[in-house]
Order: sequence, then structure tokens, then C-alpha cells
Amino acid sequence: MPLFEIRELTHFFGGLKAVSDFNLAFEGGELMGLIGPNGAGKTTIFNLVCGVYHPTHGEVKIEDRNLAGLFPHQVTAMGIARTFQNIRLWPEMTVLDNIRVAHNYKLSYGFLDAMFQNSRYRLAEKGIDRTARKFLEIMGLRDYAEELAKNLPYGLQRKVEIARALVIRPKLLLLDEPSAGMNLGEKEALIGLIRWIRKEFNLTIWLIEHEMRVVMNLCEKIQVLDFGETIARGTPEEIQGNPRVVEAYLGKEID
Amino acid sequence: MKQYSLILLAFFFFVLVVGFSWAGVLSSYTQLVLMFVGVNIMMSSSLNLVNGYMGEFSCGHAGFMAVGAYVTSLFTVWFFTTGSVFGPNLLPPEWATVLFPFILLFGGLIAALVGLLVAIPSFRTRGDYLAIITLAVNYIIKSAIENIQPIGGARGFMGMGRVVNGMQEMVDIPWMMIWTWIFAFLTILLIKRFVSSTYGKGIIAIREDEIAAEIMGVNTRRAKMIAFMLSSGLAGLAGGLFAHILGYINPGSFTIMKSTEALVMVYLGGMGSLSGSVLSAVLFTLMLEILRPLQLYKWVVVPLILILLMLFRTEGLLGHRELTDVFPRLKRIFKSEEKVHATL
Repeated sequence: MPLFEIRELTHFFGGLKAVSDFNLAFEGGELMGLIGPNGAGKTTIFNLVCGVYHPTHGEVKIEDRNLAGLFPHQVTAMGIARTFQNIRLWPEMTVLDNIRVAHNYKLSYGFLDAMFQNSRYRLAEKGIDRTARKFLEIMGLRDYAEELAKNLPYGLQRKVEIARALVIRPKLLLLDEPSAGMNLGEKEALIGLIRWIRKEFNLTIWLIEHEMRVVMNLCEKIQVLDFGETIARGTPEEIQGNPRVVEAYLGKEID
Repeated sequence: MKQYSLILLAFFFFVLVVGFSWAGVLSSYTQLVLMFVGVNIMMSSSLNLVNGYMGEFSCGHAGFMAVGAYVTSLFTVWFFTTGSVFGPNLLPPEWATVLFPFILLFGGLIAALVGLLVAIPSFRTRGDYLAIITLAVNYIIKSAIENIQPIGGARGFMGMGRVVNGMQEMVDIPWMMIWTWIFAFLTILLIKRFVSSTYGKGIIAIREDEIAAEIMGVNTRRAKMIAFMLSSGLAGLAGGLFAHILGYINPGSFTIMKSTEALVMVYLGGMGSLSGSVLSAVLFTLMLEILRPLQLYKWVVVPLILILLMLFRTEGLLGHRELTDVFPRLKRIFKSEEKVHATL
């Protein structure tokens, strides 16, 4: 049984076919890349997986449980976390609170417990606080715990976003263009970070990336998308030599 | 010790106000203003939960106040007084001393349920729907009460004065002053607890980025509904107290004008700032009283102040900050609850 499986995923925006017959399976532990020119439908696929959109056709399964029709927070609870192309932290909240709020998917107390601040509430909050601080520590963000997220430099915001996704303890981590807007040094650091969290948290990672240096360096397998259709899949070397991929990115050669 | 100083201060204030009212040091007018301050603190801080912390726009807060006011009043008058509407009293008037807070809570609960009815359709989608729906609900509630003749319709409803008198005959202390401030403090405490819990911080995340909140595991629809119910329930409590302070209510007290007052207090104090809401409720209530000699011109001056505020200080007196952030030295005296958690 695969860890994660997408079968015949198809999605229309009105009359536009954004994703067509997309298939994928993870056994667990992969580091897979999803690339393609702008507008190829990469982020749409992530949104379909996360429950932001509901697919027109096809199914998405994690550990054999179907994700169709679930709300995003329910998908999260099943073990899929993600980061966003343009960082979506909660800017006016502290870094620590950004991590804390991500615990909402498995909160062990309810409204009344919070109002009475009973022992169940205090125990849960203590646990959340401890976990959140531990994750900040692991990611080297401890010194920024009380800082507002918006005040952090870009590279660190990206790190906070990854920490916020990790705290959900995902089985599958989706990274949407993690290196967007980063300089060379930050990109090198990011490659190291992704390798490290993958090992440390025993993750399956699926990432969208435009930066070839990152993809080719990092991913074991790559799937290439163009106009919603898979045009190639394989190892980085195979992809680099694939004429259809070159055509999708650079256009056809005129003879 | 430090973390209790805020509670101690509140307790000290409470004893002072109630003591002075009881001893007759304060004129009945001053007492009335003080009670209105309490009610307005409840109104502004509860509205701030939705408009400030959650970032939605509710503009029919007086509607929920009306529900609380009428439900509470109907029950107290029915139970404890003999009148033309409900006939003889069901229970001895003295029991009101004990039962009043429970009836008040029941009124708040009904207001919260009405809030839920509003929340269900409003939070299906994002956007300005809540503003339009709450505005409509405010009118619906007002018009509905106006057209229910058995409870007085547009003429209003009275008899709460006799309920309070019954309480005072039993034990002669300023009951309404006591209950108003107990519930005002309770409101502040509950909102503070809500927004400092991981559960309640979900609504701040919704304000900051709703899609991210939903994807990072916050059940946004439920969080919004809970926050909205809490907010409208507290407004209902404020309404119940308001009705018993005045002894007379009519639908005209709960128009869009009243909702606007609550909005003004929220924006004056600053969105997402609890201490700002308390501060602005105090300032606003006192300002209305000071401007009373201006009579109708009051309603020129007050909106003008709001316009000037929006022009020169968009974020309100304490936008998104608490008093302790503006005056860090206060932190030494009032250690915030959050910090206490961190040191556990």
C-alpha cells in the first residue's frame, strides 16, 4: 500500500483544464520534485491535495484514506502539511504563536476548558508551548520566539514557515517553491535544511521548484508538468536530456 | 504575587465603587454613569473580539444586546413581579437576589444562540457578508420586538425596577452596581482567556491570513462561529444588565445607533486591544455625559471625533497593542497571563 497516491486527478476552472489525468504514488521516504513552466498547474495540484479546491475528477489518498471532499484542516490532520509560494505566515503574531496555532489540528481541549483554564487546558497548553519552543530550537529560531513574524528577514520567515509545517508532524510535506526570492547563499542553506529535516523527521517531501539548481541537487525523481499534463518523469539526468522538457521550457527549435 | 496585581486592582476598584454607592457618597447620577461604563466595557470588548481580533466586520451588536435585554427582563418580571403582562409572580420576589445572575446568563445564552443563527449563513463565505447580515439582523430584531404587542411593542417594556427593588428589600446593597461590574470583569477575563489560548489564537490567525489558517489546521468555520457566539453572548449579558439598570427598555434603545456606539468604542480603543476597548469604553461613556449639555449637537461632535481619529490615528488609541506594550513599565506591575504560561 503506497503512503500517498494520486489517481487520474483532473481539475477544471470553468472551461479551462488546469490539471489533466495526473498520477503519482509515494511509497514513503521519497524526495520528489514537481517542475514545469509558469501556469503549468503545479500549485493547483498542491491546492487540490490540500483541499483548497475539490477535484473535478480523480482521487487523492493518504494511507488508503480518501481526501476527497475534506476541508483543508481535516487534510492537515491526516498528515499533510505545506508551505506557500509567497510566504504566508501570520505577520502580526509572534514567531512562537505562529508555531503554536499550528497545533489546532489536534487540540485536546475545547472552548469551555479554555474559559475555565482547567487542568486539561493547562496541560495541553504546556505541551504546546514546549513543543513549539523545541521546534524553534531545532530550527535555530529560538532567539526570534517573541519577535513578530513580519519583522524577520525573508530567509528566516521561510524557516519559520517550514517549522510551522513540521510541527504538524506530517507524513508528507509539500513545499511550494521554497527557494523563491532567495539569494545564492540562502539557497545553498535551504538545500541543506531540506535534506536535514527529511532525515531528522523521516519525511516524504514533494516540492515545486523553479530553481533548477535546487531541484537537480535535491530531488531523486522529478515529474514535469506542462499545461496540466505530465510530459515527463524520471531522475534529474533523464529529465535534463528529455526533448519534451526542453521544448516546454524553451520552445520548439525552428528548422 | 505579581500576576495577581491586576486582579487585586480590579477588586480594589470594585470594593471602592460598590462601597461608595452603598454608603451614599456617590449621587445616583454618578452611579448610573458608572454602571453604563461597565455595560459599555462589555459591549466594546465583546465587539472587539469579532471586529478586532478576528478581523470580520459586525455592525449589529445592539441586536444581540436587545435579545439579552428582553429575554432577561421578560423572565425576571414574569418570575418576580405581579403585572398586567404575566399576572402574579411565580416565585417570591426575594429569590431574585439569588436567581438574577442565572437568568442573566440564560439571556446571554439565548443571545449567543441568535448569534449562532447569524453566524451559520454569514461564515459560509468570506467577505463583507457579515456586515450586511448583522446590519439586517439588527433591524429584524428591533422591528420584531416593535411588533410583538404583548411585551409592549414600540412602547417598551418595564417592571425590572420592581425586580431590583425586590432584591434591595431583601438585602440593601447596590445590586446592579455589583452585578454590572462583576460581569464586566468576567467579560474581560473570558475574552483575555480566549485570545491567549491556542484555541482562540486561531481567530487572530484567521485575521492575518485565513487560507493559511485553514491549511495549517485551524477549523476556521468553527472558530469563527465560537468567537461570534461568545461575542454576541457577552453583548446579551450587557443588554440584560442595561435593562435592569434602567428599569425600562424599548426597541428604540437598540437601534443601529447603539451598534454604532459600540463600533466607535472599538475603533477608538484600537482593534485587537482589550485594554484599548476598556479604556475607550470609559472615555466614550464619560465623553457622552460631559457633552450632554450640547444636547443634539452631541451627535455632531462625537462622529467628528471619530472622523478625526480615523484621519490622524487610524489604528485607534492602542491598535493591536495592550497598555503594557505602550508603557512597558506596567509590565513590572502587571505580569501578563501569557508570560505566566511561559514560565510554567
